[in-house]
Amino acid sequence: MILGRVIGTVWSTRKDEKLVGAKFLIVRQLNLDYSPKNSFVVAVDSVGAGVGEVVLYAQGSSARQTTLTKNKPVDAVIMAIVDKLDISVKDKEKEVAAE
Amino acid sequence: MNLGRVIGTIWATKKYEALEHQKMQLLQPLKFDLEKDGDPIIVVDTIGAGPGEVVFYITSSEAVIPMDVDMAPVDAAIVGIVDSINIENN
Repeated sequence: MILGRVIGTVWSTRKDEKLVGAKFLIVRQLNLDYSPKNSFVVAVDSVGAGVGEVVLYAQGSSARQTTLTKNKPVDAVIMAIVDKLDISVKDKEKEVAAE
Repeated sequence: MNLGRVIGTIWATKKYEALEHQKMQLLQPLKFDLEKDGDPIIVVDTIGAGPGEVVFYITSSEAVIPMDVDMAPVDAAIVGIVDSINIENN
């Protein structure tokens, strides 16, 4: 899964009929220090995520493994809202650079 | 499968119900010489790897197999902890 932040919503009336009822959110990928990356995805929301929230999203065929997205043309799904993350193994290169 | 190192943990109470009680860890993908290989990802851990440990993990929809649920939106899961690696010639 990838860490991301919900930055927006997509509405679409003319779409594949299997997608009717799905909620599409725009998610921007984040580094683990929450700094934004230049990678975006439109993902179906399966947990009620709101704009601004830090989330996890799954991609590829795994995205169809929910009751909401089963057999639907979906390759990205938001499946968790992040409370907290903790990096316990520091990055040696960054440490050397920081000294 | 690919090699990776567990570098931390992540908590998410609000998640897809099949993910309840599943541990999720932060993982840094590694090359075979244990050098970093791309950006960190989040993986499900049914094995119980500790921070700093080198593991191997699977991706794509097979990642749901280690979990005892039939359907879950998971695209990466740890399947083993590495004891040692021996490379003859590369």
